[in-house]
Amino acid sequence: MNGIENLVNRLFSDVGVYDAIRVTLCMSVCSTLLSSVFGIALGLTLERFSFPGKRIVVRINRTLMGVPPVVVGLVVYMLIMRRGPLGFLGLLFTVRGMILAQTLIITPIICGMTYSYAVKTAPAVRVFAKTMGASRLQTSLLLVKEMKYELYFAMISGFGRSISEVGAVMLVGGNIKGNTRTMTTAIALLKSQGIFHEGLTLGLLLLAMAFVIQCLADFLRREVREEENY
Amino acid sequence: MNRRFTAVLAIAASVAMLGNCATAEETEAKEAKGRLMMATTTSTADTGLLDYLAPIFLEDTGWELQWDAVGTGEALKMGENGDVDIVLVHAKASEEEFVESGFGVERFPVMYNDFIVVGPEEPIEATDDIEAVFTQITEENLAFVSRGDDSGTDKKEKKIWAALELEPTGNENYVESGQGMGATLTMADEMQAYCLTDRGTFLKLKKDADVALELEIVCEGAKDLLNQYGVIAVNPEKYPEVNNEAANEFIEWICSDEVQELIGEFGVEEYGQALFTPNAGTEN
Repeated sequence: MNGIENLVNRLFSDVGVYDAIRVTLCMSVCSTLLSSVFGIALGLTLERFSFPGKRIVVRINRTLMGVPPVVVGLVVYMLIMRRGPLGFLGLLFTVRGMILAQTLIITPIICGMTYSYAVKTAPAVRVFAKTMGASRLQTSLLLVKEMKYELYFAMISGFGRSISEVGAVMLVGGNIKGNTRTMTTAIALLKSQGIFHEGLTLGLLLLAMAFVIQCLADFLRREVREEENY
Repeated sequence: MNRRFTAVLAIAASVAMLGNCATAEETEAKEAKGRLMMATTTSTADTGLLDYLAPIFLEDTGWELQWDAVGTGEALKMGENGDVDIVLVHAKASEEEFVESGFGVERFPVMYNDFIVVGPEEPIEATDDIEAVFTQITEENLAFVSRGDDSGTDKKEKKIWAALELEPTGNENYVESGQGMGATLTMADEMQAYCLTDRGTFLKLKKDADVALELEIVCEGAKDLLNQYGVIAVNPEKYPEVNNEAANEFIEWICSDEVQELIGEFGVEEYGQALFTPNAGTEN
């Protein structure tokens, strides 16, 4: 009992778990939303238009889907450091800087997934929309509606990547206690102190959070589906 | 279909060959008797001291030295778990506890370097009075980056605050990076903050960093700022699988006059000053 109490006390004071949870959620949600907007728009645009070099663009996109986050972190760091080109914005070691890096990591993932789904779904939808005399915007909206579940899945994938990322947020955020320390960088710190159990506890907490979010999203999705059935 | 299959097979085959190459190289490099695994602090690795010593150690004794550079806290923990054969760290009290708990055989002092306070030249003037510097930082709420990772350097910093009866966390510009010395120094440079660091890492970073550090030394030479390194073999009675033979040879080797001299010369050519002062055989 004493051990558990110690553990909890240590976690909540030394590492700053509440703040880490807050920062993690804020960062993942913001970056996922931003990336969804950019990624879905880019993915649909890529499917919609054909142009010379399109296959190269798609291949580059697929490559970027697997870009090592720490490389993105380094690039963003060099951009926003005090003497870097964007240094005047003062983004280094802030949550905003971390969101920027995360958005760059996740956007290609959402874009790539959106594109693959759209390639399959879009032609049929487009033919249908044309026969119904829909405008270009209406066609796009219809397509998004048709691919709702796939897009949702792409967003969840992006969110999963965002919440679990450690390299880029460590570089750009700096792991500052109570400020830019996320749950993953807190785990890295605990490991560097040789404190494994607390790190594991925090990891389980992170998994539990991801699970709750999945359940919530699933619940919302089911609501929608049931409505449609009537 | 068939062509595609051949392509996949070709890729798989080349990957397998690459794997073979790696093992071949490994066996070639392993002329050594075996491997001595060390857990040490980031400062010995970051300064390049171990890169400088390891080949000489291999030549003199035939053991290949490998190391994992982490904070003192984690290094000792790795020793406690029997993951390494030897530890080279700098936190005397923790080291003695490590030996007393039976995880280490005996602690031998090896060398020391010193801590310095670095930061912008304004508003703190260069001095040797650590008390004045830390008091001014607290009173004027100056930005300060702490390691906050329970490393030897972090412990030292906390001890200074405690000795002065100052509460650093009351200063809103006091932040904890939770990272190694190099990362923390770059952060201090970015934030134009003050920072307690070991001299070696600072000099190395100042010289080698792509974006030159603008930090200057604002406090050095205080007696409280000496940083003693000790080497301890992990107890073979506790973990029979550790390479105690190599560990003992390393201790004898690093404490020998010749190697002590080598340590004293390390860095003089490159940085104009020695990074470590050898003091094996003393009571430190």
